[in-house]
Amino acid sequence: MVEEISFALSEEQQMMQDTVRQLVQAQVIDNIHQWDENRLLDKQAVQKFWELGIIQSMIPEEFGGYGMGSSPVLHTLVLEELASGDMSFAVHAMLPALFVLPVVSLGSVEQKEKYLPEFCNESFVPATLAVNELSVGFDIWNCETKVEKKGNSYILNGKKCFVPLANEAKYMIVVANYESNPHLFIVENGIEGVIVGEREKNCGWWALPTYEVSFENCAIPENNILGDKTAIYWLLQRTRTAMAAIGTGISRSSYEYAKKYAKERQQFGEPIASRQSIAFMIAEMAYEVDAMRLLTWKAASTIELGIDANRESFLAKIYAGEMTMKITDYGVQILGGHGYIRDHPVERYYRNGRSIALCEAMSII
Amino acid sequence: MIQLATPDYIKTLQDNMHKLAEGVLRPISRKYDEAEHEYPKELDMFRGIKVMARPKKKKEGESASNDEKKPKRGANLGMVVTIEEMCWGDAALLLSFPNAGLGNAAILAVANDEQLERFGNKWAAMAITEPGAGSDSGAITTTATRDGDYWVLNGEKIFVTCADRSEVVVVWATVDKKAGKAGIKSFVVEKGTPGFTLEHLEHKLGIRASDTGTFVLSDCRIPYNNILGDPEVKMSTEGFKGVMKTFDNTRPLVASMATGIARAAVEFTKEQYEQKGYVFDYKKNLSNVSAAERELYLMEANVEAMRLLTWRAAWMADNGQFNNLEASMAKAKAGRYGTLITQRCCELLGPVGYSTHYLAEKWMRDSKIMDIFEGTGQIQHLIIARNVLEMSSKELK
Repeated sequence: MVEEISFALSEEQQMMQDTVRQLVQAQVIDNIHQWDENRLLDKQAVQKFWELGIIQSMIPEEFGGYGMGSSPVLHTLVLEELASGDMSFAVHAMLPALFVLPVVSLGSVEQKEKYLPEFCNESFVPATLAVNELSVGFDIWNCETKVEKKGNSYILNGKKCFVPLANEAKYMIVVANYESNPHLFIVENGIEGVIVGEREKNCGWWALPTYEVSFENCAIPENNILGDKTAIYWLLQRTRTAMAAIGTGISRSSYEYAKKYAKERQQFGEPIASRQSIAFMIAEMAYEVDAMRLLTWKAASTIELGIDANRESFLAKIYAGEMTMKITDYGVQILGGHGYIRDHPVERYYRNGRSIALCEAMSII
Repeated sequence: MIQLATPDYIKTLQDNMHKLAEGVLRPISRKYDEAEHEYPKELDMFRGIKVMARPKKKKEGESASNDEKKPKRGANLGMVVTIEEMCWGDAALLLSFPNAGLGNAAILAVANDEQLERFGNKWAAMAITEPGAGSDSGAITTTATRDGDYWVLNGEKIFVTCADRSEVVVVWATVDKKAGKAGIKSFVVEKGTPGFTLEHLEHKLGIRASDTGTFVLSDCRIPYNNILGDPEVKMSTEGFKGVMKTFDNTRPLVASMATGIARAAVEFTKEQYEQKGYVFDYKKNLSNVSAAERELYLMEANVEAMRLLTWRAAWMADNGQFNNLEASMAKAKAGRYGTLITQRCCELLGPVGYSTHYLAEKWMRDSKIMDIFEGTGQIQHLIIARNVLEMSSKELK
């Protein structure tokens, strides 16, 4: 029974949005350019986010968490704010959630008891998700990474790419084909057969270390299977919605920056914003950012109600993918030559924004 | 709390309106496109139905009630939902619904009780545009001069929807040219008044079932009490702004029209592709589908964006929030993308898209008006840009 529609944030949602916005303002905005250039962010900032307790609150009390449940709508609000600062930071900060949430929602009691308590600690616990594979037209429903059952173990073989923090992650959830269908497996990092490769060099996400991870006859215990096709379906709706939220955050920042610039930048004796060619681009950016957000909220609302959000999450993701490219392009274009120089963040938004459309399921929840 | 999944009561409304659109409008869609200007008599069945309602006046102390923060169900959201379904059926026929003209909206919004008594049950058209005043509605030159118990109106009004079928017309005229926008007032002129002539009906690209016409007012005398709103010319443009504010309510309606047509086009195109063996499945990945499928998915996402922007503007109005910016956003997006989507569907359909045996080409023609009337897409972009850039109309022309 769905009773009412509402476009307004609740007090709790507003408070969360404000809190994360302030954190991004205080920790990220002034530093992100340097982090991006250094190819590494300051873990102190991530720790500050961890201390907000957002991830711990998803964990039920019996496993040491705050037992607040998880709200997909709240997560999209958090992700938009984080990504408005920087996508690398957003992914890094929320990364443990993509291990925690599947375990909370899909895991057995045994798995929950084993893995969750550690994530209720005071310091950030790196954990990650390995979905993508370095092949043209990667399709999550037909992974090349495969699993075979041998005795009491699953034997994992294959190669994943874009695995954030794979070098330091304690655990990872791996998507692999088992009996011709994709399944989710919990893999403890460091066990024999898990080979974390060189850090990848990507077009964007410079402040986020991502790795290629190979599995060579990697034996994982029978108990570490987390779910089958249904679980992938569950996961995909959430990662797609999350990607849409991140796209919204990046686009919003590109829009805000270009808007401010257009009012300040003087040419022909007046601000370039007073020219319709610029002003109309800014108008378009304004409503497309809103549209992206509304599609994201709709997908998240649908998930939150426990209704199948296959359509909603798909539409939100493809819309954000296309529009983030358009908006971040406008951001660079409005700044002209200055937008092409790395001193201005629109350059970074453009590179990072490109990934929304091309990653089916970046490892983010 | 954010909650954008479609509520059950809206789904029920959608279902009911959809049945009506499918059963009554679709079957006569082509007929009245071809019989341009002919009144669709099948629509008489709607005559008794109150499509529009007078906005509820707040009683004293009502706004201070406890459930202030609870989202309200209001007429605006219901209206955009209804209109989307009706325009999925046929937009031109919706515009031909008896007693549901733009003039009716104006009368319901501002008429006093006595005026409501006289005009409330009459089909009312709206006459704003003039040959020399389109988007610049502050530049209208039709005059209203007081003569005792009468107003004498002179001028020419073009692009009046329901020109022929309406019983009364709400005419915008200036009572004092020197006062500029502050001098612009609206007047109810009854058909048959001497000096009030329907000069001709237009032949249009689309929405042909709708009778768009030109009126000439030549020493047209109407009772003094036919003026809507305050007759006094104030030295501010508040009055004019008030009139312009009605656009905040009507622009989302136009946006929902565009949404309904675009949805019809996308649904039809998908059906045609499915008949050819294509399987649409949201579990797929955009990189692994054909170019045509990819485009259809993206068009579907755009229709969803048009709808949500529209629903937001309507919801804000229902909840007493100022929605000038959001109304223009909905109209700007829906107007433009309605045109693009219906054009593209025709292309994806090939001969089926161009043949008048099907409706796709009609939707492409009908949709075009949605980016024009109630303020062109360009005017909407200007309003949005001024708003978000916080620039005046002088700073951003």
